[in-house]
Amino acid sequence: MTVASRPIAVRLGLLSALYAAVLLAGPIAPDAPGSQHRDLPFAPPTRLHVEATLRPLHLRPFVYRMVARPGRPDEYEEDLGRRYPVHFLIHGARYTVAGMIGADRHLFGVDAPATIFLFGSDQFGRDLFSRVLFGGQISLVAGALGAGLALMVAVALGALAGFYGGWVDEAIMRTAELVLALPWLYLLLAIRSLLPLHLDPARAFLLIVTVLGIVGWARPARLIRGVVRSGRRREHVVAARASGATDLYLLWRHVLPQTSGLLVTQLAVLIPQYILAEITLSFLGLGVGEPAPSWGALLAAAQRYEVLSSYWWMLLPGFALVPVFLLYHALANALHRAQEPLA
Amino acid sequence: MRSSMTNAIRRGAACSLAAGLLLIPFAAGHASPAPAAADDRLISRATVGRYGGQLVVNQRAEPRTLNPVTAIDSVSRDVVKCTIADLIHINRETQRAEPALARNWTTSSDGRRYTLALRRDIRFSDGQPFDADDVLFSFAVYLDADIRSPQRDLLVVGGQPVRVRKIDPYTVQVDLAAPYAGAERLFDGVAMLPRHLLESAFKGGRLATAWSVGTPAAEMAGLGPFRLKEYVPGERIVLERNPYYWKADRAGQRLPYLDRVAFTVVASDDAQAIRFQAGEADVASRLTAENFDVLKRAEPTAPYTLVDLGAGLDYSFLFFNLNDLGPDLAEISRKQRWFRETAFRRAVSLAIDREAIVRLVYRGRATPLWSHVPPGNTLWVNRAIPQPARSLDGARRLLRAAGFSWALQGTLLDGRGDPVEFSILTNAGNHERLGMATIIQDDLQQLGVSVHIVTLELRALVDRLLKTHDYEACVLGLGNGDASPSAEMNVWLSSGGSHLWHPEQTQPATPWEAEIDVLMRRQLTTLDAGARKRLYDRVQELVAQNRPLIVLASPNVLVGARKGLGNFRPAVLDHHTLWNIEELFWRPERPRGAP
Repeated sequence: MTVASRPIAVRLGLLSALYAAVLLAGPIAPDAPGSQHRDLPFAPPTRLHVEATLRPLHLRPFVYRMVARPGRPDEYEEDLGRRYPVHFLIHGARYTVAGMIGADRHLFGVDAPATIFLFGSDQFGRDLFSRVLFGGQISLVAGALGAGLALMVAVALGALAGFYGGWVDEAIMRTAELVLALPWLYLLLAIRSLLPLHLDPARAFLLIVTVLGIVGWARPARLIRGVVRSGRRREHVVAARASGATDLYLLWRHVLPQTSGLLVTQLAVLIPQYILAEITLSFLGLGVGEPAPSWGALLAAAQRYEVLSSYWWMLLPGFALVPVFLLYHALANALHRAQEPLA
Repeated sequence: MRSSMTNAIRRGAACSLAAGLLLIPFAAGHASPAPAAADDRLISRATVGRYGGQLVVNQRAEPRTLNPVTAIDSVSRDVVKCTIADLIHINRETQRAEPALARNWTTSSDGRRYTLALRRDIRFSDGQPFDADDVLFSFAVYLDADIRSPQRDLLVVGGQPVRVRKIDPYTVQVDLAAPYAGAERLFDGVAMLPRHLLESAFKGGRLATAWSVGTPAAEMAGLGPFRLKEYVPGERIVLERNPYYWKADRAGQRLPYLDRVAFTVVASDDAQAIRFQAGEADVASRLTAENFDVLKRAEPTAPYTLVDLGAGLDYSFLFFNLNDLGPDLAEISRKQRWFRETAFRRAVSLAIDREAIVRLVYRGRATPLWSHVPPGNTLWVNRAIPQPARSLDGARRLLRAAGFSWALQGTLLDGRGDPVEFSILTNAGNHERLGMATIIQDDLQQLGVSVHIVTLELRALVDRLLKTHDYEACVLGLGNGDASPSAEMNVWLSSGGSHLWHPEQTQPATPWEAEIDVLMRRQLTTLDAGARKRLYDRVQELVAQNRPLIVLASPNVLVGARKGLGNFRPAVLDHHTLWNIEELFWRPERPRGAP
């Protein structure tokens, strides 16, 4: 491992851990994302207490059950009558990991009727912590897939335009400019209102990814075209062409590899942009519908005056974004630096 | 369509572009109008107030027009209402019809002829006199089919437009083709127009487009307490006192008391609540329950008073698409096998946790509903409608009896073994409707029904409901300006444009819709109040039995005003806070409008 690649590995590792946590939302989250506790709307984060004994040395976290104050539906107090210890690897709501493995064991949880809301609960008494984890599945994965799709289209079209030039170049690049000039938010609104209504959340998710990919190819395509255009005139490419290599072989073997550095950096820059785009869409109510959470939908719930002024924990999903964005930007920086020749 | 559109628009899209607006400090003119000589003015019974000051009112959008005949959206109507007067007016507080420009009226024994005596020496806000010719002109305008006034339908009784005749300059006679219960209520909201200003536009066919917001104030006049002063596009519209207004207080002072009313644009509910809290608006109407709670917490020290008027006339509901669909909507037609099943709709109704809707969506400031007439409508509500508690077992029994069954994983299957799943549509930006849909989704999940929620921009939604019929189910609300059932004819008649689940039928699709048609038409022409109530009770029964609308809840009317606003007596009927704007005044301890 070179000096330059070490920060990259660290950042990739941290990001992988984050993605793993989100993909393993089922076992990590104490509750199902849609399960409503209608007697606990807007409950603040549950306080964790620790029961400590010295001999034998023993620390055990526990919670009290939350009950609403009479007549004040959103003010709670702890019912000190009974302690509910936090159990680990407890049986709970059923879930599937990656849509395949079904299970019902959760990393932690408490016995009913107590609840453990690490981030508090929303308007319907749903556990915000579980919703942030499950919401990440949609937001993070949609971002990565959308960026991947956009780059694939961008590579294909950018390579064609750069390699062949002439009218192909003109056609593709003018189209790209057209796409760039489109007010894509309105375009998305229009697309959504034309689509069939009975989309289940999974298909709505795929749709968002596809739409994000399709509207986002133009900018990276212009970059790739530039690299391909200069790359095809390099001596080894010209030599290969003189030896009778076909266009496809040339592109695949000699020209496109020159764009690899650009692609990796672009990916690290684009993914957070696409995560943000998904969040914007969900924020506007165009994303995956209720009850499936996404980070944008969670933040949309926090934009109301009443929520902002009274329930601070509803903003916690916003903080989930911070490490993701910092890591991606740090990764992009590190990649960029790694490509620069050592001075 | 008027009631639903107005309401939908009122509660609708929260994301119209915000024009940031601004309380403008106005110079305070305190020139009190001289008390007029004893004449035919109406004497208000309200507390005697003092002149001066202005009232700032926030609105969601700019008025589209100031033309009383064609104004249809609630924003325009709220402004227009301050500038117009009608012959007979429904008192928003007592809900009874009262004399307005007509000093009194008599009804013939068959209920078909109304003779109205007009007040004398009344002047429009430009100083021109008002008499029977203006009344005839106004009715001619409202009844002109080409102008498409939203009130025209109400003035067509027994299939024929009302006929208005002049007996002398201060007496008019109105003939109806058929007896019409409470026909004096028809006159409410029919503005008396200045013939001298509008006759040429009417003859030239330009009346529908006359009096836009850009029209100079000098070219407009009305009989309301205020008249247009200035319009600043995107910012505000200011009305000033009408010096010729025809009401006075008990001390003989000519009303209104306020010098000016300023309507300013604040696009979202939240921003309106914030501005009201900050003292940049003087009244708040139609507060949402959540914002009401936020304001309520600060009320003890804040310079405003909040009032929870209890159940209003609005109601929210879920309904299924029962339209006859073409082959292009085969998928929805397939699902209509369930939707058309009364037992299915009743089971859905039984599975919905209305108490949770009231608690979680309206924070307790609403009433759970089983009938479309909310308890706020005290004169017409049928208290015998059963209010079954939520019962999943009851819902399962109904479904099983109707041939539904459950798969091993708990999914509900219809008679053919297809899983039951559908989508619920509602308008984006409306937290309350989205919240109700989310609760219904979870409730029906427990029956094994999979529900998807789709939010659409309001226009797209209305288009699907009324034109393309491309939807499965929808959560929506209706509101009414009047408590009388006649105001909802277009909702309950099977031929009505707002018969939401299956509008504009040529023939009633079901026997119960046919019966409702008969009952609604009969109540319209029944003059005996008791008999009329019994007819409408039966309508409520039929609706509750067949559940074309699965009614959910009626939100409370939540309003507020700055302290010191005299005669502030909010009412359940629309407009809740400004209905008696001519009587509002600022008490001396809080001088308003001073520079």
